[in-house]
Parts: sequence; C-alpha cells; structure tokens
Amino acid sequence: MGSRASTLLREEEIEEIKKETGFSHSQITRLYSRFSSLDKGENGTLSREDFQRIPELAINPLGDRIINAFFPESEDQVNFRGFMRTLAHFRPIEDNEKNKDHTASEPLNSRTNKLLFAFRLYDLDRDDKISRDELLQVLRMMVGVNISDEQLGSIADRTIQEADQNGDSSISFNEFIKVLEKVDVEQKMSIRFLH
Amino acid sequence: MCYVHRCVFVCLRVCAYVFAHLSACALPCSSLTPPAQVSPPQQQPLSLALNSSDAGLLLDVPVALRVFSVDYHHVQAPFEIVLWIMLASLAKLGFHWSGRVPAVVPESCLLIMVGLMVGGVIYGVRHSAPPTLSADAFFLFLLPPIVLDAGYFLPGRLFFENLGTILWYAVLGTLWNVMGIGLSLYGVCLLAPESLGDVSLLHCLLFGSLIAAVDPVAVLSVFQEIHVNEQLHILVFGESLLNDAVTVVLYKLFESFLRMPTISGVDVLLGGCRVVVVGLGGLCLGLFFGLLAALTSRFTSRAQVIAPLFVFLYSYLSYLTSEMLHLSGIMAIVTCAVTMKQYVEANVSQRSNTSIQYFLKMWSSVSETLIFIFLGVSTIQDVHMWDWPFVCSTLLLCLLWRALGVLLLTAVVNKLRRNAVTFRDQFIIAYGGLRGAICFSLVFLIDDFPKKRLFITTTIVVILFTVFVQGMTIKPLVELLEVKKRKRALPTVSEEIHSRILDHLLAGIEDVVGYWGQHYWKDKLVLLYYSFLIFTTRWQPTPQFSLVSKCDLHQCSNGRPTKCISCVFEFEV
Repeated sequence: MGSRASTLLREEEIEEIKKETGFSHSQITRLYSRFSSLDKGENGTLSREDFQRIPELAINPLGDRIINAFFPESEDQVNFRGFMRTLAHFRPIEDNEKNKDHTASEPLNSRTNKLLFAFRLYDLDRDDKISRDELLQVLRMMVGVNISDEQLGSIADRTIQEADQNGDSSISFNEFIKVLEKVDVEQKMSIRFLH
Repeated sequence: MCYVHRCVFVCLRVCAYVFAHLSACALPCSSLTPPAQVSPPQQQPLSLALNSSDAGLLLDVPVALRVFSVDYHHVQAPFEIVLWIMLASLAKLGFHWSGRVPAVVPESCLLIMVGLMVGGVIYGVRHSAPPTLSADAFFLFLLPPIVLDAGYFLPGRLFFENLGTILWYAVLGTLWNVMGIGLSLYGVCLLAPESLGDVSLLHCLLFGSLIAAVDPVAVLSVFQEIHVNEQLHILVFGESLLNDAVTVVLYKLFESFLRMPTISGVDVLLGGCRVVVVGLGGLCLGLFFGLLAALTSRFTSRAQVIAPLFVFLYSYLSYLTSEMLHLSGIMAIVTCAVTMKQYVEANVSQRSNTSIQYFLKMWSSVSETLIFIFLGVSTIQDVHMWDWPFVCSTLLLCLLWRALGVLLLTAVVNKLRRNAVTFRDQFIIAYGGLRGAICFSLVFLIDDFPKKRLFITTTIVVILFTVFVQGMTIKPLVELLEVKKRKRALPTVSEEIHSRILDHLLAGIEDVVGYWGQHYWKDKLVLLYYSFLIFTTRWQPTPQFSLVSKCDLHQCSNGRPTKCISCVFEFEV
C-alpha cells in the first residue's frame, strides 16, 4: 500500500464525505490535494508533526489546541475522513439549510456544533465544564508574559461570573451558548472554502 | 420648555439683526466674500485680521479727549467670525432644548433652516444677498477638522476588513455615477436646445463629477443619528471619504479639458493615471506625516502639554501639502490620522489623549455646524437661474444612477465577500448617498460661463433635497425595513475574550486549509504593523509604555471591564 495511486480518493468515498459534511465535489477534491501536500509521510494519514510543520500555525497562540482538535480521542493519526469532519464545522451555513426540518440530524456546521467545537478548545479534560484553571490556561496562552497572574485571574473571574448561572464557578456548555447568543457565531466561525 | 425655546430663538434673531447691521459697514473681511463676485477670489489673501489697523486710528484731530469710543474696524474680521461661530453654537444648543424636534429632524436640516432664516434676515436688512461661503475658507479651514475627526475615530478593524468593498464602491461607483449623470444630462440638454443649448458635453461631465460624489460631512451627520449596523455604516462612510480622490481628479480633469482647445485620447489616458497618482499620493503623504507624528510623539514625555498640538499640526500639514500638490487632501488626512493614532495613544499621557479627543470632537462639531449654516445662508442669493427640465432631471438622474450603480456593484462584490451585503443594506447605501457642502464649493469654483448660475441653483436644490428629504426619511425607512441596527451595549468581557479566541481559531484553520483568507492577511498586517512600530520608534512593550499600566484592572470587577480587556489584548501578538 505504498504507492500514491492507492491513496487517491475514490468516488464512493467522495459521496460519503459529501453526505456527511455537506461539502461539494470540487471542494472535497481541493481539500484532498491540500491534505496530500501536508501528508509528508504519504501514508494517507496526518500526524501532529505534519500539522506543526505549517509555519503560521506554529506561531498561533492556540496552535496546539487547534491541532488537538483534529485528532479524535487518544489517537495520533487522522485520516482524510476525520480531517474533513473537523473542517466541516467551519463551512458557512447556507440559506437553504437554515430551513431544514429539525427531525434530520443536525449538520456539522450548525450553530450549536460550531459552539461545541469552540467549547472543546477550552475544555481539555472533556468534563463538559470550563473550570477557572482551564480558562486561565487559555488566557495565558493568548496574552503572553506582560500580564501578571493576579490581573489575569481577575479577568478570568469576571468572565466566569458573567456566564455562570448555577453558581458552580465553572461554565457549562449551555451557559457558554447563552453568553455568546449576541455574537454572530455563524458568520464568525465560517471560512469560505474555494470551489 | 416652550418658553426657553422661544427665548433662544429670539436671541438668535437679535444676534442676526445686530450682525446684519454691523456688516453693513465696510467689508474688508476675508472668509465671507461679498456676493457681487460670482467666482470667489481664489487669489485673495486670507488676511484674517491685520489690514485694518490703520483704519482704526481716528483721522480727525480730537477737539477734546475722547473718554469712550467704538472702533469696530479694528476688530472687524475676528469679531464677525466669532459671531458666526457663536450663532452656530447657540443654534445647536437651541435644538437640543427644543423638545421632540431633534428626534424627527436631523441636526443638519435644522441648521440649514437657521441659516436660511439668518440669510433671509440679512437680505431683508441690507437688501442685497448675504455673504456666501468662499471655497477657500471651506476647503482650507472648515473641512479638515471634520475629516480629521472622522479619520481619528475610524473603527480601524472594520474599515480594513471591508476595505476592498469600500474601494470598489468609492472608485468604480463614483466613476459610474459621474459618467452616467454627465452623459444623461447632456442628453437632456440636447433634448431642450432652446434653454440649454449652450451647455456642452464637457460642462455636463464637469457638473456630473461634482454632483455625483457622496459627501462625508452630510453622511456623518445623518448616519450618526440612525445607528445602523457597523458594517453598513462603515461602507457608506468609507465610500464617502475615499471617493474624494476620484472626485478631485475628475473635476480638475474636466476643468482643464474645458480650458484646453483640443482633447486627445492621450489626455484621457493621462487623466486615468492621475486618479491613481492622486489617490496613492494622498495616501503616501498621509503615511509619511503620520509616521513623523508617531516619531515625534515618542519624545513628548517631557513636555506633555503640547503633545496634542502635534497631532493637529501634522495632520493639517499633511492636508495642506497634498492640497498644494493637487493630491487628495482628504485621503492624506485620513491616512495620517489612522496611522498615527495607535502610536500616539501609546506614547502620550492619558490626559493628552483625552484632550486630543475632546478638541477633535469640538472642532469638527463647530465646523460642521458652520458649514450647514452657511449652506442655508448662501441659498439666499440675488440671482437664481431656474430651469425645470434641468433641475428635475438632475435630481432624478442622481437617484437613479446611484441606485443602479449600487445594485450592479454589489451583485459583483457579494461573490467575493464572506458576508453578503443584503438588499436592505443596499437600499440604505443607495439612499444614504447624500450630497453636501463639497459639491457646493466645487460649483462655485467653476470658471464663469453663461449657465453657471443654473449649475449653482441646481446644486443647491440637490443638496437641499438630499439633506432634507433623504435625511429626514432615512430614519423611518430604517425602522420600516428593519435594517440591522448597531448593538447598543458594549460587548461583555466574555464576548470579547471568546471573540478573540475565535479569531485565533479561525486564523489557525485557515492556515491548515492553506487558504489566504481575511484572517491570514489580517494577521500578516498586524505583524507588519508591530514590527514597524518596534523598528521605527524604538518602542518596546515595556511596562512604562504598555497600555496595561495605564488602565486600571481593578475596573474589571467594578464597572468598566471591556476597556481593560481591549487594553490587555491590544498587544497580544
């Protein structure tokens, strides 16, 4: 299974991905060529090192967490399906999708799923709560060394105070949704994927 | 309330009456041209005060020592200027006390009406037309503060995110409007040869170039009160600022074509090049002065009191230099303000920052008020030339071409934008294309020709129509069409933090996808900006200059958390 030809995308796979993620045919092939260019080992999967080789991602404050988000629980390799599944969260919400009936399973790029993705950036231990420590970690990554711990602590406290409704000093997913209800998440968390 | 209202208006009338009588005396004053001259004296030196010092001496030998005397000529020019400014400011005060009127009628309309009243009073008293706004005074003294204020408080992030669309509307939209209006007006003139036969194509194009441009002053004053969503606001407002380059070039181009005996294709091509030169030239000049100001502000720590002065001096210098070189002054001053703002705010003390902001607001407010009042006063002219077909068709064509232009351009640009400009927004963009004092001044500067009076009258009609009709109805229309409005509350701390995290997330995802989208360019630009900062101003993010030390993080728990958040995250790169 070493030749490149065998790792080329098959039509049935494209159809399955299309159904699961909602990307168009041309978008999928384009993203597949990006996937292949990142895949230096040519084994059809990406490892963390492959991601870390992307230069701008290395200097992004949230770089590590973003890379983590691509890998499913406790795995070190991600295949193309998983890659697309993660990227599907960032597909813009089309107008005709807004009126879909709610009996169908929610598409990956719905507002709730987008927010869930963002939530998981903070919540590393997956206990469905953002604790003060987790929040502090993220803030520290973004802010650097200029701010003292106690200043950062007061910002974190204020953030939790604004969101927390049940008084457990942590932010649950529902509280997270509520806090961001005025922010235009559908637009903010979307990328225009080229056709 | 009614009593106070009446008192204020009586005071205004008294002021106007007194002033009318005083100005019945000799007029060596400079900023107000006597109405007999139709083309204002461009070469008249702006001697603001001092040519009347001799006239002040009493020429006849006094018989006895005068204990008390009045010497008006000595102080005439500054006295009149101050009276006008006082009138403008009292008028502004009056409106805000006059009950429900400000809610319905925008301030600009009310000011024009006061101007009309005052003009009428002066006309009645002196039986000749009141002083008109000289183009020089407008372009050199009244316009710069407003544009500087607009540039300094421009929401930078939003502006740059939408820069492509704004430039698209400003350059292409203005060209479309100018050509459309000019050519169709020529068509109208051809259809009515008895009255309009001597208006040539070039004249029509010249007229088109000055009437097509959206005016930043009018847009600012009307849109300030209707609170539409920020994206829409920045699109209309950015367009009105940036279309100055195109307007200036086209106006000067057609004017020089009118003076030239023959025009060749090469001249037209050169004209096209000039657009680029004017726009980019203004931009570069603004950048240059902005960076100079940034550098200077670094050294003001020992003389903090004059730090605000540098902001004003450098901006005004950039404006004057670009006017001298016939480049776009508005672009220069806006670029200067945008460039120097971040650096100046970082380098200068908190008090100086506050003074800068307050002075900017005050000056721009006074300027704006004066402009509108003078618009009203100048409407009362001795000779208006009226021609029904020309005036009505100009009005219609302005509206029509703008609507068409916005529709077509948006259809194209929506394909490239992440969040499309909706039809409602498009309607407001088209409807919010207000004309103002810039057209008015430009029309006075045209070389004299038989139909110039007609052009002036038409311009006044268009301006009054757009400011009154469109200005008054845009607010109800915004409500009716349910255009998305600006969020009232400041973002909470959580919203700010999470928004920034999402920005980083999206930038990272764009890197993974290999797509050079908005976030990529924004990141690159921010990196460039900070490296420039470090290299040119030897600025280091030390505690001494960092904004964090300036803002009191205790405010996080008390009352104003978002201020501290934006301070904190300003330097997160």
